[in-house]
Amino acid sequence: MSDIIKGKVFVVGDNIDTDQIIPANYLTLVPTVPEEYEELGSYALIGLPDSYDKYVKEGEMKTEYAIVIAGKNFGCGSSREHAPISLGAAGCKAVIAQSFARIFFRNCIATGELYPVETPDCITEKFTTGEEVTIDLASNTITKADGSVYDLRDMGDVKPVIDDGGIFEHARKTGMIAK
Amino acid sequence: MGMTITEKILANAAGKESVAPGDNIWVNADILLTHDVCGPGTVGVLRREFGEDAMPWDKNKVVIIPDHYIYTEDKMCHRNVAFMTKFAEEAELPYYYQPGTDNYKGVCHVALPQEGHVQPGKVIFGTDSHTCSHGAFGAFATGIGNTDAGFLMGTGKLLVKVPASKKFILNGKMPKHVMAKDIILEIIGTIGVDGATYQAMEFCGSTLEDMEMDERITICNMAIEAGGKNGIIAPDEITMKYVNERNIHNKEFTCFHSDEDASYESTYEFDIANLDPVVALPHSPDNKAYAKDCGDMKVDRAYIGSCTGGKIEDFIRAAELMEGHKVKIHTFLVPATREVEQLMKTTKLASGKTLVEVFEEAGCEKPAPPSCAACLGGPVDTYGRINNSDRCISTTNRNFIGRMGSKTGEVVLASPLTVAASALTGFITDPREFVK
Repeated sequence: MSDIIKGKVFVVGDNIDTDQIIPANYLTLVPTVPEEYEELGSYALIGLPDSYDKYVKEGEMKTEYAIVIAGKNFGCGSSREHAPISLGAAGCKAVIAQSFARIFFRNCIATGELYPVETPDCITEKFTTGEEVTIDLASNTITKADGSVYDLRDMGDVKPVIDDGGIFEHARKTGMIAK
Repeated sequence: MGMTITEKILANAAGKESVAPGDNIWVNADILLTHDVCGPGTVGVLRREFGEDAMPWDKNKVVIIPDHYIYTEDKMCHRNVAFMTKFAEEAELPYYYQPGTDNYKGVCHVALPQEGHVQPGKVIFGTDSHTCSHGAFGAFATGIGNTDAGFLMGTGKLLVKVPASKKFILNGKMPKHVMAKDIILEIIGTIGVDGATYQAMEFCGSTLEDMEMDERITICNMAIEAGGKNGIIAPDEITMKYVNERNIHNKEFTCFHSDEDASYESTYEFDIANLDPVVALPHSPDNKAYAKDCGDMKVDRAYIGSCTGGKIEDFIRAAELMEGHKVKIHTFLVPATREVEQLMKTTKLASGKTLVEVFEEAGCEKPAPPSCAACLGGPVDTYGRINNSDRCISTTNRNFIGRMGSKTGEVVLASPLTVAASALTGFITDPREFVK
């Protein structure tokens, strides 16, 4: 697993809740059914106010933004695992936020859908939706095209679990449960 | 060093003498609760990871209470309920509360204790963030995702980080125009929607001494709205009375209490005797204001329901306030469970009228059958769902953008008393205008 993630960013604010990430009327889709998993991706962040650009363009299944940059308390609200799953299914590789709500954070780890990475300070104002960045999870940095660099907090024991694809795959690879 | 009630319950469930905040421990679960929205995905994870024929680790510890999308024409919802019914049959689960049968109950967090599944000292995980409600009974209860729930369903265990505890001391007798909802909105408004992230919220103090279980549930229910991992209230005589009356499955349990020298991350005190009725304005549960200061804010509909505000005590208080008055706006009533629905028909106010009669005379909509209904929007045909730009004053728990169905709608969170008073005027109204 490479520690480098390159892609366009999608910038949001504080307290992006799970109803904005995936509204309740889409929760009839069951994430473990492969075609419904894919469909969940097409609705990622569809509950954001209309002042935002669409995270996934209408009629598309995948996003052009591999990285979400957010303020504090990203993923607050419901325990719906559909939230990190919809982002992951859409092609999001990492959410970079000042802080995360607990259940969302844990669901990212459990599913291995995406890296939830914290920043020491709020960096949402430093970035504009659509710009290209490079994340390095070995050196814990996010770098803009103009060369400016911002620090990320180290994910510690969480990272290898997501590298392996979630708790079950990690537990198998490390011998905690049978293959 | 002493331990908090949360630490003691977790240590007990992990088979340890003691634990401290930050410890990662494996705990044995007493209950895994799931419903129609997250149940199919949880079973999907169980079978993907443990094999097509995998079954729950203990059929007596899995409780399935479908409640979210019950009264809808949506075929996907029906498919998901049918999936859970088939699973419950295959796994021979004794505690499956099937929609469309006499055994259907309604909202899981009100039904779980009503049906005798919650006792002090237990470890309860649920695939729903409001599982923290059950901390009202002196249990450790928290919400988890499908993958964790799938793991738990297969093994009976879960890896838990022991949370630090915040202590909330509630002082004084609750005035008759104040309810538990005001207390928790005041707390969330004070510490913020991420004020207790990863932490236990322990509530204590003289206010709780004569507070009944319905109201205690309301307080613990919204711990998640401050980011809390769990909310908890130590068990006392009121807890024991409720639990013993409902313990039809003869579960054994142990009561835990925080030590005098337990360590808290922080401690807050609230003067409840002088608390004014609180509302949370759109679009965040910590957007605190006092009802008395919002009298010029128009509301288009009122909603009394959900795990937070659809219990019998909520309807009794609303009916007492409304009796003899007429509502000016659409007022939706959704009892949380079958039991609440029945009690609305049989519970009489001092006048001799039942709650249902009082609500009917006040001009409320006829009570809907019990379910989560419009609290979280749901399918477009959901009862009470906001499908326009209405501003709704509601006894529910979240007022996020789009929460009750429409991105252009707005939700104001309030106590059943404040919702009832506002229904009578069409504006946010302090219940003291009617509660004398």
